[in-house]
Amino acid sequence: MRDQFPQLSEKVYGKQLVYLDNAATSLRPQRVIDLWEELSSRKNANLHRAVHHIAAVATEEYETTRDAVRQYLNADSREEIIFTSGATASINLVAFSFGEAFIKEGDEIIVTEAEHHSNIVPWQMLCKRKNAVLKHLEVDDNGHLKYGELETMITPKTKLVCVSHISNVLGLTNPIKKIVNICHSKGCYVLADGAQGIVHEAVDVRDLGCDFYAFSGHKVFSAPGTGVLYGRRELLEKMPPFMGGGEMIGTVSWAGTTYAPLPQKFEAGTQNMAGVPTLKPALEIAAELRANDNDDVRDFVLDALSRNDRIRLFGIPGGEFKKVPLFSFTVEGAHHEDLALILDKMGIAVRSGQMCAEPLMDRFGVTGMVRASFAQYNTLQEAEYFIDSLEKAISMLV
Amino acid sequence: MGSLKEVQAQIVEDFSMFDEWLDKYEYLIELGKNLKPFPEESKTEDRLIKGCQSRVWLDCKMEDGLLWFSADSDAIITRGIISLLVGVYSGRTPKEISEDDFSFIDELGLKENLSPTRANGLASMISTIKRTAEENL
Repeated sequence: MRDQFPQLSEKVYGKQLVYLDNAATSLRPQRVIDLWEELSSRKNANLHRAVHHIAAVATEEYETTRDAVRQYLNADSREEIIFTSGATASINLVAFSFGEAFIKEGDEIIVTEAEHHSNIVPWQMLCKRKNAVLKHLEVDDNGHLKYGELETMITPKTKLVCVSHISNVLGLTNPIKKIVNICHSKGCYVLADGAQGIVHEAVDVRDLGCDFYAFSGHKVFSAPGTGVLYGRRELLEKMPPFMGGGEMIGTVSWAGTTYAPLPQKFEAGTQNMAGVPTLKPALEIAAELRANDNDDVRDFVLDALSRNDRIRLFGIPGGEFKKVPLFSFTVEGAHHEDLALILDKMGIAVRSGQMCAEPLMDRFGVTGMVRASFAQYNTLQEAEYFIDSLEKAISMLV
Repeated sequence: MGSLKEVQAQIVEDFSMFDEWLDKYEYLIELGKNLKPFPEESKTEDRLIKGCQSRVWLDCKMEDGLLWFSADSDAIITRGIISLLVGVYSGRTPKEISEDDFSFIDELGLKENLSPTRANGLASMISTIKRTAEENL
């Protein structure tokens, strides 16, 4: 399986690369690279409009991907699958278009304090535009989302709740289904940020019940610059386009323009025709890897980090909050940047800093953390090397 | 004290003795630990250079035509590098600093720590030293 990912054999500073920054972006499998190259070198044409052969081939590749994604997410129809440049673009699309259709002055939107900036800032921008109110749902000291508080937080003015499926800092799976039930029973909609969720969970949007689900391709083995927005058709139909131009039009005249039906209404301009089709093999590989995975690496790292008194781990699993192999932590007496610099020299790629989640850093009273995020291709041996190296780095610093 | 170039050459020579990055980092950590800490009350917003990684505080004063820098960071390797920079550029005239090309940093093999694309305060610290010198010409 590891030989499918060519970058795993890279060396840095003469040492074997141990790539533990998968939550930032995954490595690319050879099948994805091959398809990407084939589309660029042999099947490059703009989509939909032209009658020539290559355009038909490129369009076929692109549109069959929409069917594959629909099936993968178990969405009702292909019109509910919108291709974007990534999760950030997907969320911004909703923030603009849903905002235009559904948000008026004084309305409320709820986000959680464990969100990535990409699931905070678009809502702040929307609230500023519409004079709406942004509220945030807290997590407890273990990083567990206090979603029960939605029962009292949601008012008749609350229109939307935005929550990550899996936090990119805490690595805990949120009970989206329960959250959706509470929100729907109170008459508000739910957007799930699936940037991490799509990697670690089999996502069934009908089962989850969320109204929107957003994810990026590049975190789940696909080409960068690809992304998906799933939206319930009934809502997408009512939302105006986000951007104008290109394939999103019906007819254009000086008297006015009509828009294309779903999904093209939301796909203005030339699409990422070499990238989007790589979602097909990428999602297949994601499913295969999940099916053949066990929790050995996760359990080993969780245990090793928990046993070290100097280490403070954020996102403690418990009850319905299941942990994925994504570990953010601080070390008493050692700065996250120093740890990451030393680990880097040992060949280990980890993330350090605020993880695009400053409100969560403030919540825990830290200026940053180290994050080691594993994919299914990471081995127990790599996990052991990481723990040994971390201990060595700590001993250099404290 | 030798000229700016001589002091830089000496540091580059000291660093060339380290074959291993580990030794280099251990040396920087040692320098970082020995750097005179910035008084807490001086760690104000206007002296803070923000970054996603380490935070850097930088202060500067002019005395008898010479610039004196003091700096601090919450990360120890960054403190070590700061200690080098403060030592090199303090007690120099604005003219000396503004004429320097800062190339000794590349020669130290610390480029990856100081590259502007790194989201830490070090790259900003260097541009602040340059700017301060130019403003005081």
